[in-house]
Amino acid sequence: MQTAVKVKTLTLVQAITDGLDTMLQEKEEVILLGEDIGKNGGVFRATDKLQDKYGEDRVIDTPLSEAGFVGAGIGMAVNGFLPIIEIQFLGFIYPAYEQIVTHASRLRMRTMGHFTVPMVIRAPYGAGVRAPEIHCDSTEAIFTHMPGIKVVCPSNPYDAKGLLIAAIEDPDPVLFLEPMRLYRSVRDEVPDGKYTVEIGKAKKRMEGEHVTLIAWGAMIPEVMEAAKAVKEKGINCEVIDLLTLFPIDKDMIAESVQKTGRTVVVHEAHATGGLGNDILAIINDTSFLYQKAPVERVTGFDAPVPYFGFEDHYLPTPERIKHAIEKVIKF
Amino acid sequence: MMENQFPIRQIIDVNGKIALPEYKEKMTAELAKKFYKQMIRIRTFDRKAISLQRQGRIGTYAPFEGQEAAQVGSAMALAEGDWMFPTYRDHGAAIVFGHSLSKVLLFWNGRNEGCIPPKGKNIFPPGIPIATQIPHAAGAAYAERKRGSTSAAIAYFGDGATSEGDFHEGVNFASVMRAPVVFFNQNNQFAISVPISKQMNSKTIAQKALAYDIPGIRIDGNDVFTAYFETLQALERARNGGGPTLIEAVTWRYGAHTTSDDPAKYRDQVENVKRREEDDPIIRVERWLKNEGLYDESWATTVKEEAITEVEEAVKEMEAFPKADPADIFDHVFAEPTWQIAKQKKEYFDLIGGEI
Ligand SMILES: Cc1ncc(C[n+]2csc(CCOP(=O)(O)OP(=O)(O)O)c2C)c(N)n1
Ligand SMILES: [Mg+2]
Repeated sequence: MQTAVKVKTLTLVQAITDGLDTMLQEKEEVILLGEDIGKNGGVFRATDKLQDKYGEDRVIDTPLSEAGFVGAGIGMAVNGFLPIIEIQFLGFIYPAYEQIVTHASRLRMRTMGHFTVPMVIRAPYGAGVRAPEIHCDSTEAIFTHMPGIKVVCPSNPYDAKGLLIAAIEDPDPVLFLEPMRLYRSVRDEVPDGKYTVEIGKAKKRMEGEHVTLIAWGAMIPEVMEAAKAVKEKGINCEVIDLLTLFPIDKDMIAESVQKTGRTVVVHEAHATGGLGNDILAIINDTSFLYQKAPVERVTGFDAPVPYFGFEDHYLPTPERIKHAIEKVIKF
Repeated sequence: MMENQFPIRQIIDVNGKIALPEYKEKMTAELAKKFYKQMIRIRTFDRKAISLQRQGRIGTYAPFEGQEAAQVGSAMALAEGDWMFPTYRDHGAAIVFGHSLSKVLLFWNGRNEGCIPPKGKNIFPPGIPIATQIPHAAGAAYAERKRGSTSAAIAYFGDGATSEGDFHEGVNFASVMRAPVVFFNQNNQFAISVPISKQMNSKTIAQKALAYDIPGIRIDGNDVFTAYFETLQALERARNGGGPTLIEAVTWRYGAHTTSDDPAKYRDQVENVKRREEDDPIIRVERWLKNEGLYDESWATTVKEEAITEVEEAVKEMEAFPKADPADIFDHVFAEPTWQIAKQKKEYFDLIGGEI
């Protein structure tokens, strides 16, 4: 007889809190750093009550300096701790960009494995919540481009917790992107205690044989809506939720696009240099001869994310996705 | 002890009594009434903005109530042609320097149009990533100096901002280049929830000037007279080739960090109420005016009514503004759109059936 695992019904942000709580409990070396994460519990309450539970020594309100506390996190990681750093919004990570791309991501290579950086950087990302400017960036591709750091992004509470725990246990630096727009939009059953969702593995959210839709994070609900809408017209979509943006699950992509021969990639980041292009390259490398239509990309435009008065125009919508689906079908 | 080395300067005290008699002559009724009027104006604006946010008529908003003396005093010291680099909390200063109220509201309603200052006003868009505007101010000021003009710049920033590299790099640059800039810090003692005692080990912010060998001045940020005269003096030094100054205005925000923040989570709200009761910067000027026999009830009522009318007009203007035009997403990225943008714009307009 199996012992029943207790489950709780949590929002995505609560699942993250639960994951942090689980790992603070499990490993003494886990330490949380960031702006307003202690007494305030984080501006999104992702670290709610964790300072009360684990103390000011483990849940630390840092000075307002991303380069400072990400750099210090690297120092702590090489010296026995497992830092989990919160960047308040992805758009404020840039002061720490140097520390991430010239140090966190390279230290293993520079020292041939002598020094390593088992660190997690969490950052809410994305538009669609009427937030002020710069709070809405989705710049995952400038990190997936840099070798030496993994990038993950969940779209539901279950995966959020499991992927976070996997990121904490990963021996290398991981950027954990949190879709702000989905923080409280869905509730899901989340098991108590520790479990992991494997880094590097995508998941199918819908099975279908006509078109493969590939997306992640906050774009998943948009893609699902489009997929449901075209189903009424007899078009069966297969929806792949990538979960890991680096390293991408190329096997699942290949398996699906070889079946469908038609693909639409959706991301809210800019088109140029966006991850959609890497996905295109994977399709090209693995499944060229199976393609029945050119891959369509539905993305944010090659413009800075505009102020929220314009964001409904900027963000991919089910309407734009449907249009792309019809295009690959009609080709 | 740094607190002793950088004492808080104060021209009028909490009771509206003169603390530095040498300023007596310069403190004209006209000046004091201008201060009062501007402070009422921006407070009226601030309160209205909060209520607009609550009604969903604008987005998230960062209030500055409590910091009016610092913003009005410093902004009134500026001259035409000077440059202002505000943060998201300094639109009070921007309005005093001549920004349009309806444009400021537009900014908070998610429209880029809100970043365009009125003609001839060198007001930068609010600095959103903390401290990033500080080097800009150093550079704009340096450009004025290179050109041989006497214009200067002012950079606003909070206590938390002094932890960022950009603060130190900007101040150092200005110091080395003797750029005519005033670094005007509003130390409201919190960076969102983080109190200054956790932000820095330094006892003052003014002392950070020592490292760059520039004047560091600590003032009572709730005394509009001090904010005005100290900024004026720093600007004068800057215009005369004396380089930058760091001013720390010690103050307090009465409200939340932004409309999405709940200060009860991290600070003693009883203390907050007490501070407001004891040391409201507007009440302080009012007390001074009364002590000097310059306060006239009907004049004050008129000032308040005029402020309400002006703000209501601005709200109407903001709400009558044309809807966001998606073309604006594409048209201002470069002087000439690159092919990518041109293509994306065409595809998008084809989809929504709009005219390019
Ligand atoms: C680089 C960067 N990191 C984090 C933030 C999020 N944030 C917005 S305001 C703020 C606190 C700023 O405090 P302070 O400088 O004291 O200014 P105040 O808000 O008190 O006026 C933080 C952390 C940001 N805007 N930019
Ligand atoms: Mg502050």
